[in-house]
Amino acid sequence: MAIIIKMRELVQDNWRLLEGGADGALPEVPADGDIIVPLALWQARRDKLLAHPGRVGLWLDSHEGPEAVADDLAGFGLIAINFPKFTDGRGYTMARLLRDRYGYRGELRAIGDVQRDQLHYLARCGFDAFALKDGQDGRAALSAFADFSEAYQNSVERPQPLFRRRWAIAGEGMEWS
Amino acid sequence: MYLYDEIDQRLVDERVAQYRDQTRRYLAGELSEDDFKPLRLQNGLYLQRHAPMLRIAIPYGELSSRQLRRLAHIARAYDRGYGHFSTRQNLQLNWPRLEDTPQILAELAEVQMHAIQTSGNCIRNITADHYAGVAADEIVDPRVWCEILRQWSTFHPEFAYLPRKFKIAVNGALADRAATRFHDIGLHALRGPDGEIGFRVLVGGGMGRTPILAPVIREFLPWQHFLTYLEAILRVYNRYGWRDNMFKARIKILVKERTPERFREEVETEWLHLKDGPATLTAAEVERVAGRFIRPTYERLPATDAVFESARATDRAFSRWVERNVAAHRVPGYAAVILSLKKTGVPPGDATAGQMDAVADLADEFSFGELRVTHEQNLLLADVRKCDLRTLWQRARVLGLATPNLGLLTNIIACPGGDFCSLANAKSIPVAEAIQRRFDDLDYLHDIGDLDLNISGCMNSCGHHHAGHIGILGVDKQGAEFYQISIGGSQGVDASIGKVIGPSVSQDEVPGVIERLIETYIARRDSEHERFIHTVRRIGIEPFKEAVYGDHHQDARARTRQLAVA
Repeated sequence: MAIIIKMRELVQDNWRLLEGGADGALPEVPADGDIIVPLALWQARRDKLLAHPGRVGLWLDSHEGPEAVADDLAGFGLIAINFPKFTDGRGYTMARLLRDRYGYRGELRAIGDVQRDQLHYLARCGFDAFALKDGQDGRAALSAFADFSEAYQNSVERPQPLFRRRWAIAGEGMEWS
Repeated sequence: MYLYDEIDQRLVDERVAQYRDQTRRYLAGELSEDDFKPLRLQNGLYLQRHAPMLRIAIPYGELSSRQLRRLAHIARAYDRGYGHFSTRQNLQLNWPRLEDTPQILAELAEVQMHAIQTSGNCIRNITADHYAGVAADEIVDPRVWCEILRQWSTFHPEFAYLPRKFKIAVNGALADRAATRFHDIGLHALRGPDGEIGFRVLVGGGMGRTPILAPVIREFLPWQHFLTYLEAILRVYNRYGWRDNMFKARIKILVKERTPERFREEVETEWLHLKDGPATLTAAEVERVAGRFIRPTYERLPATDAVFESARATDRAFSRWVERNVAAHRVPGYAAVILSLKKTGVPPGDATAGQMDAVADLADEFSFGELRVTHEQNLLLADVRKCDLRTLWQRARVLGLATPNLGLLTNIIACPGGDFCSLANAKSIPVAEAIQRRFDDLDYLHDIGDLDLNISGCMNSCGHHHAGHIGILGVDKQGAEFYQISIGGSQGVDASIGKVIGPSVSQDEVPGVIERLIETYIARRDSEHERFIHTVRRIGIEPFKEAVYGDHHQDARARTRQLAVA
């Protein structure tokens, strides 16, 4: 059982991440339990997974995309996006596509090389769960969500850009100019 | 000059706090070298040959005298009393201590400055025509659009970890003084049939290992769609740009591999989803940003000034400086003045803290307290009264900032090169100096006329050698420093990429090679009005090759002929 960050709190997590072999072999599907399956496994064993007694989540690697599973998205217990390295920024765009374009509203989890200093950007792109890389101080990392109190751009977190919100902000007594 | 509002200021302050904590964790061993690296880079900090290098952002090159004084103070207090103005209109400090960088950023934030995204694989400092707002051929003032882009690109959550760095330039005049065709995105502000503002969008230009002139992706993008269209471009790049090979990771390779037509289709398809969405610009926002710019309140002056004209007619040195370093202004009675950072013996673009303070004083006295950094690494006082030109010239001369060589061969663009930069293959600064010493006869220089000579210490092309009429590139030849010479590059509307003339030469040989190129030009030009670049375009590089390599070259051709016969 692992500790992850979810809705900006540390929580226990029971999901089991299934990974394929280095040779491309698909992982075995366990008899029960909540599982997060790679895209290739979902595509190969969709019927079997639909009958799985536990919940089924999907994880996408950074070179994959949501297009392939657009019709299945609502059925997943969660969607995870893998960051092989934190400098591989494809997952940010993928998250925005899932949220903004495909209307995915369930849990969106960042997995892989996930660290404190990326949480702010990840959250703004629509991630609401974070499985930090081993060795990270989860409690200390929570403060990263408060690194910035405003943002210029529209994002999943703030659907309107600052320039469309200034008037509203001003209403709360803040300088808008 | 754009003035921050409360939110602009708060974001920069919060960035300082974030970086201060990251640096603390790094120094405490809580953050590894590898994990800290991308974070410090996005705050402008490189680890260089001798010490860290801090690159401070000067958005679209505009500075107030107060900001310049703060830069002088920082150079004095935290560095060795000088700084280097770069081709991205930024300022680089070569000797700060890593431990001091959070404090330096805090001091910058106090004067509405920062080092955000001046390095790293993200959207970098936006550059523009340094004559913005004063040029007679201007269609649209690019600075408002640059500031809108600065805000949009600052901490953009989706594009902080791109495949590679990303550079945007905006030009709003008939002439292109922002080298837009060499950028990841080049934007030409123009006006549509009904006078409405829009942009020609060029994508996928660049220098480096694979120099490419950016193709046009869209001829006219109405201003409302400015941000959504750029997001579509960045999104396609972020998803599909190469990430496993650094040399193929710039957007130019993606555009080239997909072809500009296909790339355009992909962008337009993506854009359909973003178009008319929340990031669509409003007239109120454009007005708001424009309204935060402090603009000079010009006096009503006659177009010509008698004292200035007579000084110009009688004083040869002054008139030479006016001819080269003073540009026309759209407002009668005013002129724009280049303060040259290209004095022989001083590394191109370098300024001491004392010079910075003095230039700040000049800006206060003669140019509404503002100045600009040009991408050719000089400083510009944009709004000087013609009647003040002579006094200004005398003051600039004392400061060593009146070298009358703008546009001439000795106005060399050069990167810091092997003396400072850990990426460099070869030194740039001593090569620039040797050339400046060889061409120290002003009459000869003026006779040669307009000639851009650019030097890069390595393939990364920070010295824009591909765009030089003469380009010099430092290369490594079995551990020794050599220089490859190219000719025929150019950066304007008719931009072109220089062609290599032959095998690289040693450092000692460079000035001689340049001399032979110039002699060939003088001998072959069709009149004294034909400039070097036009002669090269007219007669090709062969005659220049012959002049430089002579016998060598003929030997090689003879061998080829023999081989062909055999």
